[in-house]
Amino acid sequence: MTAPFPTRKQEEWRYADLDALRPVWQQFAEPLTLTVGPGESFEKIWLPGDEDVLVRRVQIALEAGAKARIYVLNAASEYGRTELEVSLAEGADFELFGANIGTGLSTNEIVTNVRHVGVGGRSRQTVRSVLNGKATGSYLGKVEVARGAQQTDAEQSVKAMLLDRGATANCKPELEIFADDVKCAHGASVGELDAMQLFYAESRGLDPASARALLLEGFVMGLWDSAKDADAIGEAAREALRRVVG
Amino acid sequence: MLEITNLHATVADKPILNGVSLNVPAGEVHAIMGPNGSGKSTLAYVLAGRPGYEVSEGGATFLGRDLLAMEPHERAAAGLFLGFQYPVEIPGVSMLQFVREALNTQRRARGEAELSGAEFIKLAREQAKLLGMDAEMLKRPVNVGFSGGEKKRAEMVQMGIINPKFAVLDETDSGLDIDALKSVGAGINRIMRSPDKGVLLITHYQRLLDYVEPDKVHVLNAGRIVRSGGPELAKELEREGYVEAAA
Repeated sequence: MTAPFPTRKQEEWRYADLDALRPVWQQFAEPLTLTVGPGESFEKIWLPGDEDVLVRRVQIALEAGAKARIYVLNAASEYGRTELEVSLAEGADFELFGANIGTGLSTNEIVTNVRHVGVGGRSRQTVRSVLNGKATGSYLGKVEVARGAQQTDAEQSVKAMLLDRGATANCKPELEIFADDVKCAHGASVGELDAMQLFYAESRGLDPASARALLLEGFVMGLWDSAKDADAIGEAAREALRRVVG
Repeated sequence: MLEITNLHATVADKPILNGVSLNVPAGEVHAIMGPNGSGKSTLAYVLAGRPGYEVSEGGATFLGRDLLAMEPHERAAAGLFLGFQYPVEIPGVSMLQFVREALNTQRRARGEAELSGAEFIKLAREQAKLLGMDAEMLKRPVNVGFSGGEKKRAEMVQMGIINPKFAVLDETDSGLDIDALKSVGAGINRIMRSPDKGVLLITHYQRLLDYVEPDKVHVLNAGRIVRSGGPELAKELEREGYVEAAA
């Protein structure tokens, strides 16, 4: 039995490209589930594929003291969606480093639901979007802290760079907290390239196009700093940026 | 080498430079001193081509070319270097990558061969060592997390790698302790003291001039050069202040 096709009335599908999703819904309807056992570590890098539509729906259960670190690059030409539902037991640690790089009419989105269930869990979500044309890049991130999940430490940092007037960034961090001794921080910004950084780079000899490309690269590449092997995702990000910067 | 004639400039429609004329021949170091708000940094930015700094009258030539007609990156390729008073931070881009791209873009523009990765790293390490900067810092994002003094030293390392024909150094001495001042001063002499190079040294204080002796000193006040003289003028300014000396 296939799960019902989503509608835009559902918050987590609000900005989705449902027309692009419809023909391929069958294969993605059932999320992938995985469990990281007590004290174990899990690291995964998700690269964009050749498909026009690429959807990832993953549920991760982190048991006590488990760690997971996900790096993801969404750069689908039509519709890319990375959806993560993560639950953290006592002392679990979750880190997400994600980028949406979009051009043309594409929609790329990262949708998360991070549930702190046990005491002393820590989550970090860092998302950067670079968009041109009429592309849309979204981050919808919900953090839930259950009653009793004291000393939770959750952070969301979302930044987007719009290179054309027609591009759209949606940033929606959302907190639902039922414990009283927690730290939940979130920050979001949508901006253009910094004029002083551009001038600094140009005054050192970079032509305007190269200066823009370098600054955008820095904006995204910082995401992979902690990855064990960032070569593939770094190269994929550079390639996606080349398409966006032109 | 650098000839500035009756230069007027405005920032946000406010006149800041009101007729600066200055000629720095090859082989010379000129110092520009002056109180806060006299237009020193504006002059530096106008020479480097910062957007928003509008020239309303007068002009400047560099090696016989119309400097003000060139884009900032073209000025760099022509051999002009601006050492920033507040070096800019660029997260996510290592200093090595930044300077390598800058240098190779300049070299391409001049029709010279690019440096390979290995050649560049050797050069960058040499320059870092000469300026007393830990080579590990070259791998860090540009100026991110650097102290004020480290940023100024890093500017001089970039200058050493790029090896420009002419440097405009905007308060490179501010934020430096005495040891850093000595090594930065020695760096400026080593990189820029040459018969075919020139320097415009913008500073508040005499102290950098103890290490980099200027051939000429100019006093800028209210957007104009009000006095010019030899190195002794800097000492007089230090003793008597700008108001007295400019009177």
